[in-house]
Amino acid sequence: MEFIYDLSMTLLSTCRDVLPIVVLIIVFQLLVLRKPFTHPRRLVLGGIYVVIGLALFLAGLEKALFPLGKIMATQLSDPAFIHATQKAVTQLDWKDYGWVYLFAAMIGFATTIAEPSLIAVAYKASMVSAGTISQWGLRITVAVGVSFGISLGVFRIITGTPLHIYILIGYMIVTVQTIFAPKSIIALAYDSGGVTTSTVTVPLVATLGLGLAATVPGRNPALDGFGLIAFASLFPIITVMGYAQFMQWSTQRKKPTEKSNAL
Amino acid sequence: MVLSIILKKLKSSFTDLLPIIAVITFFQILVLRQPLPQMAEVLFGGLLVVAGLTLFIQGLEMGLFPIGEAMAHALARKGSLFWLLLFAFTLGFSTTVAEPALIAVAAEAAKIAGQGGLIDQSQSALNQYAFGLRMSVAFSVGLAILIGVMRIILGWPVHYLIIGGYVVVMLMTFIAPKEIIGIAYDAGGVTTSTITVPLVAALGVGLASTIRGRNPLVDGFGLIAFASLLPMIFVMGYGLIIFG
Repeated sequence: MEFIYDLSMTLLSTCRDVLPIVVLIIVFQLLVLRKPFTHPRRLVLGGIYVVIGLALFLAGLEKALFPLGKIMATQLSDPAFIHATQKAVTQLDWKDYGWVYLFAAMIGFATTIAEPSLIAVAYKASMVSAGTISQWGLRITVAVGVSFGISLGVFRIITGTPLHIYILIGYMIVTVQTIFAPKSIIALAYDSGGVTTSTVTVPLVATLGLGLAATVPGRNPALDGFGLIAFASLFPIITVMGYAQFMQWSTQRKKPTEKSNAL
Repeated sequence: MVLSIILKKLKSSFTDLLPIIAVITFFQILVLRQPLPQMAEVLFGGLLVVAGLTLFIQGLEMGLFPIGEAMAHALARKGSLFWLLLFAFTLGFSTTVAEPALIAVAAEAAKIAGQGGLIDQSQSALNQYAFGLRMSVAFSVGLAILIGVMRIILGWPVHYLIIGGYVVVMLMTFIAPKEIIGIAYDAGGVTTSTITVPLVAALGVGLASTIRGRNPLVDGFGLIAFASLLPMIFVMGYGLIIFG
């Protein structure tokens, strides 16, 4: 019974997310374009699938994965767990958080693979590029970027170093890569930064960040708990361009005359 | 026949979730050494996630992508820049302003600003601050989609705008109050919801494939990147104006 309630609440909130889009499209359709769509029934059915699918997806995550993931994030950043691996309780060093880094990297990778927005963008990119950009190739490359980004973000929270220095260096790397990367990949690489962090990644990563900032001595959750999402948005840009550059380089080495395509 | 197609789609959704299952099992059993609590609930939830993801992807192919592209084609054929830009702005603004993640972040930001003594501690002052923050983020996303659509029409290279944006973000970081920087950086990531992203991607690709001389791959993407970058600038700008 309680579950039915949860599910209908999720369904309602998904409907509310879709409402502005539906209103916008209908208003434009009736007042501005005044031309009916082809296959309207198929479009409506597709819209209903999206809403119900997303509601089931979110309700399932809420029931199965988020509680477990959040408990884990809390347990792993708990000083008691970290102290248990060493005898003397002295000053905690950033190296004592080994499991946290591993967890951050793995959960970043895993949640990114399941991210529906990224699936959508990878699908579109593969269609537009006529298959030269493979869906899984893009998704794995982005997931590796998120994985690295979140581990580095965790390192930053533990050491308490300033956020903007990391972001500044990241921006510099992106700028330099933009000069050398294949032109066709640049826009997609920038986009892949924005799509990584939505329904699946944000709740788990935010818990990890705030949990760590609350337990690591000397950190203030208000100031240090944020920033993991920024890392998760920045590093996929670097890995996607990096992978495209690598592919270009290795294709050029094999066939110096043929023009290469990314991913 | 139909059943085998459905089974194939379910299987591909299951593959998408396999990494999460692996990570959680690994940490629960080998590192934390605790049994999985409430196995039945977790399994049931997992089934819902697989079914939901399958349905969502089916709906993307049937509904969201075609409608995004159909709108792009129809607006481009109409040839009115005003309506196209109005559509772009409204799409960005209206999908962001009521986004639950944004409401949560804005409330959290107000609390931090209150504790830091930057604004008055009273509830009405906090609410007003959170509301202003939400409005500036929603406005910035609307503006971002608008600029992104302009870029596709005029054929500007995406990287000049993005790198220019990076420079502005960095300059503002040095003058903005410390309390707002972390939130500003994260605001970029929370703005684009799962339903907005496919629609915006279809809009961009649809426009780039309708307008002559544009390449869908080179010019069609980039809208989401703007929608992640501009909120960072606007949130810091809001902080600067409010805190003086």
